[in-house]
Amino acid sequence: MTAVADPLVRLGGLHCSYGGDPVLVDVDLAVADGQFTGVVGPSGSGKTTLLRVLLGTVAPRRGTVERRRGLRLGYVPQVETVNWSFPVTVAQCVLMARTRGRVLPWRSRAEATEVADVLERLDIADLADRHIRDLSGGQQQRVFLARALLGHPELLLLDEPTSGVDVRTRHEVLHLLADLNRQGLAIVLTTHDLNGIAAHLPHLVCLNHRVLGQGAPAEVLTAEVLERTYGARMEILEHAGMPVVVDAYDPGSAVVGLGSGRR
Amino acid sequence: METLLRPFDFEFFRNGLVVATVAGALCGLVGVYVVLRGMSYIGHGLSHAIFGGFAASSLLGVNLALGAGAWGLASALMINAVTRRRAIGADAAIGVITTGSFALGLALFALFGQRGRGFEAALFGSILGVSTTDVVAVAVTTGAVAAFVFLAYRRLLFVTFDPEVAEASGVPTARVDALLMAALAASILATMQVLGVTLVAAELIIPATVARMLTSSFSRMLGLATAIGAFTGFVGMNLSYHLDVQSGPTIVLVGAALFAVAYTAGSLRGLRRARATDEVTAPAEVPTLSLAEPGRP
Repeated sequence: MTAVADPLVRLGGLHCSYGGDPVLVDVDLAVADGQFTGVVGPSGSGKTTLLRVLLGTVAPRRGTVERRRGLRLGYVPQVETVNWSFPVTVAQCVLMARTRGRVLPWRSRAEATEVADVLERLDIADLADRHIRDLSGGQQQRVFLARALLGHPELLLLDEPTSGVDVRTRHEVLHLLADLNRQGLAIVLTTHDLNGIAAHLPHLVCLNHRVLGQGAPAEVLTAEVLERTYGARMEILEHAGMPVVVDAYDPGSAVVGLGSGRR
Repeated sequence: METLLRPFDFEFFRNGLVVATVAGALCGLVGVYVVLRGMSYIGHGLSHAIFGGFAASSLLGVNLALGAGAWGLASALMINAVTRRRAIGADAAIGVITTGSFALGLALFALFGQRGRGFEAALFGSILGVSTTDVVAVAVTTGAVAAFVFLAYRRLLFVTFDPEVAEASGVPTARVDALLMAALAASILATMQVLGVTLVAAELIIPATVARMLTSSFSRMLGLATAIGAFTGFVGMNLSYHLDVQSGPTIVLVGAALFAVAYTAGSLRGLRRARATDEVTAPAEVPTLSLAEPGRP
């Protein structure tokens, strides 16, 4: 791992567990200013726990977590964890992030302007008064992103931001995040989508309780690293200069050729 | 008209009516958070847990508000700690705490008999024996809880909607949860006199549920639930006097009737909307496509 001078967050020798088996083991990771990192790994590999440690909502059993003083963090959870029938509009949902400094329940003129600005920035200004249950998957992501951006974060953490969305929405979300990163925002996201998301990111971390590889996609998305991460053989093809991950072809497998009727 | 106004001649009724109306409003207000956080089971269990404190205070001659209040607050904080830790199934742990406390109350009454406020009044509520002190106590409790909801409105909303992100955003979620549980315990204690422990949970749930059916706005839901809770308390108490039925059942039945009306109105509105949509979108003719002959319409 390349040494990072004055990172936003540095994890050193991190061990985490929730009382049973360890979730994270001996994890070293540094997030630099403006870095855009994807964390990939199978279900239960500790990706969400890693985000929570970066956030500070989970304390490690051992190891160190160093955060830059005064670091402002933004967090976008998985949309599946949210109660979308909760009685709030888009603007009210975004304003929830503003809990400090003002006691009165209703929004001030300055707050209304801030919310309008961030919704405009994410191209959802026309949804301000819409109920959150009436949003599409991509719109839901943008609302949560707007809420996270209201606090002007320096580091944005996203948990599976393209989970359950269609291809077009996935492209929109990725482009949006790339724009924010170009404006100087550091981003760490978790994803299952190796080809749709991970292969496009400048920096990847392969995680299965331990960090099994980190670096550029070309260095990390190799058959060897992926087999250690996912416990399954995969092959790496190339398309338009980018790695494409496919399941390894096993002619003896009962699954192969199901669609064509070949046996 | 004279018949309707007759009970207002009696101080016990006036006191009971004020307590039922104000406590109903309080339960409606707190009930919004109970319903939206899926805490209905906790509200039900906590009311049973407070019964244990009520029985112990009654037998020891300790002031009911202080004794049952302290017991209820301890139960509320224990329940809160159990649900946050998730070490064991929260519903099972809450069941142990609350039913154990309720059973203790029953056992104490069975062993030592009734002293002070009656067993039946504790279970089902009574419009009798509500003193001016009780009225002041309920009013002060309601004022304190309303002030808490007003001043912590933003934090309560955030924690209720998305506790994980609220915590990540710096909201002291543990403290907010503990204060909400304390407010819930205080609401149950204030309402116990007129509703009884077995039906307090209904007054927490029904006004908020009816309000939710009438509005998709959180702030409006708070206002509506408070008003509906007050209405059920007021009308229920009057019915209790005129029908000579315990106050708890009549208050809850008024709430249940409101729920039935709101549900029916909502269903009819949905049916009308569905019919209107069918009339607008149903095309006169649906062209068929022959998949066997590509390109032919």
